[in-house]
Amino acid sequence: MNRGASSFNIVSVALGLAFLYLPITILVIYSFNASRLVTIWGGWSLAWYRELLHDDAVLQAAWVSLRVAGLSATAATMLGTLAAIALVRIGRFRGRLLFSGMVYAPLVMPEVITGLSLLLLFVALGVDRGFWTIVIAHTTLTMCFVTVIVQSRLVTFDRSLEEAAMDLGCPPLRTFLTITLPLIAPAIAAGWMLAFSLSLDDLVIASFTTGPGATTLPIRIYSEVRLGVKPEINAVCTIMIAFVALGTIASSLVAKRGAAQRERAALGAQV
Amino acid sequence: VRRSADNRNWSARAVVLLPYLWLVIFFLAPFVIVLKISLSQTALAQPPYVPVFDTAGSWTGLMEFAKQLSADSFRLLLSDSIYLWSYLKSLQIAAISTVVLLAVGYPIAYGMARAPRAWQPPLVMAVVLPFWTSFLIRIYAWINILQRDGILNDLLMRLHAIDVPAAWLSSDTAIYIGMVYSYLPFMVLPLYAVLERMDESLLEAAADLGCPRWKAFWLVTLPLSLPGVAAGALLCFIPILGEFVIPDLLGGSESLMIGQTLWTEFFSNRDWPVASAIAIALLGVLLVPILFYERLQQRSLEGGR
Repeated sequence: MNRGASSFNIVSVALGLAFLYLPITILVIYSFNASRLVTIWGGWSLAWYRELLHDDAVLQAAWVSLRVAGLSATAATMLGTLAAIALVRIGRFRGRLLFSGMVYAPLVMPEVITGLSLLLLFVALGVDRGFWTIVIAHTTLTMCFVTVIVQSRLVTFDRSLEEAAMDLGCPPLRTFLTITLPLIAPAIAAGWMLAFSLSLDDLVIASFTTGPGATTLPIRIYSEVRLGVKPEINAVCTIMIAFVALGTIASSLVAKRGAAQRERAALGAQV
Repeated sequence: VRRSADNRNWSARAVVLLPYLWLVIFFLAPFVIVLKISLSQTALAQPPYVPVFDTAGSWTGLMEFAKQLSADSFRLLLSDSIYLWSYLKSLQIAAISTVVLLAVGYPIAYGMARAPRAWQPPLVMAVVLPFWTSFLIRIYAWINILQRDGILNDLLMRLHAIDVPAAWLSSDTAIYIGMVYSYLPFMVLPLYAVLERMDESLLEAAADLGCPRWKAFWLVTLPLSLPGVAAGALLCFIPILGEFVIPDLLGGSESLMIGQTLWTEFFSNRDWPVASAIAIALLGVLLVPILFYERLQQRSLEGGR
């Protein structure tokens, strides 16, 4: 692409980023507002955070959400990675078209359809709805995102390293564990983080598949938000944003270190 | 040698089978059940529909079961105009949102692709980052701004642009703002991906041959970026059509999008057959765009295999 951005290019990118970040920034600032009203600035205050500490319903919901997200992201990462390997490495197998169709469809499927269909499955199977049904539902939804991320890494992967190991008599499973897995690890980690944050975020599918006693944080926030804006919710949201921002910074640092190590390894190989 | 080949076959089969089975059980089978329940009738029972499929049923039981199926729910969808309007409203909002997203997203993606190399990864990161924060939070942030005693009205009144607070919330305008805001990364990233890969010598050639810049954009850049346009448009249009959270929190209550209608039928009216019929009909509308999207995905991820 032609380098050298015109002023039109700069303005459009700047406006776009402002549009993306302004609402979130406003929300974060107002979570520190001492006044209950949005338009009145009552000075800086941590009152809403203090109130949050005593809000057992929100804390409990957050704990449920974190456990659901951790479990479903882990299961989704395993299944999604296997699916990516199947799609890239095991070129042809029976039912491949159906398989790739099922892998890509959940990415765009409207959540109300996925949620409804999973709920009806659980009802048909006579499963009690609650914590574990949300975990299963989120695993199904997020494994497809993991597949796409790991798949795009596997496609650009230098297979000669694996072939060299196999030529030297390394068995396939060991080759996979010692060569392939470390090299696609950054993509797997990124997939896990995306799955975790998608699960933490989901309202619709969780609402369909939940049962008594399993209220996730989005379900809790949603029921509060429907009643109008509350400063406590601003505080919850700010904490979640901070959580995500820290996670993203940490993962990009890890990715950078990984890239540096790979470069060093490549240099070493050349020398 | 023979044994190791068998071993490989066995592990290869396991690699395919595990995710395959999971998706068949938890993604494909549910749709069959939705289809089945859409052909059932509402009942005051638990679960609230008849006939309930008897798993121990013999062949005659199956025939009995098939006889009790009815297309009543689909007939209701066609006869009550609420549902038809709901679909049309969803199509309208999805179509207009996608066009606005293209108009807003293209200049951003184009600007990103022309930025200096070193700036591009941080810019991509900056566009992706809001996507990592909760969807619900981002919609909620707009309620802070758009509500009657919110920040937008406050600002406009101070600037004397308006005298009385305007009702931004609970309107289609609010829905469009929410859609464009939430789906912008899905539009910008595929566009950026094609624009960034574009060969700059093509534009130089056009310029050398005396083609003005705007015309070169129209004749060279735009046609070459069409795969990105298609990917971005589908990635936005399909989920927007079934969107629930955005219209529910930002929109008004006088006309509902189809996702909301499904939600109401299911949670408020407890009419599972009609909710299932709505889902099946929505899936029917989405089938062509979803298949089209899948072909694009396959081509980009598997190198046109």
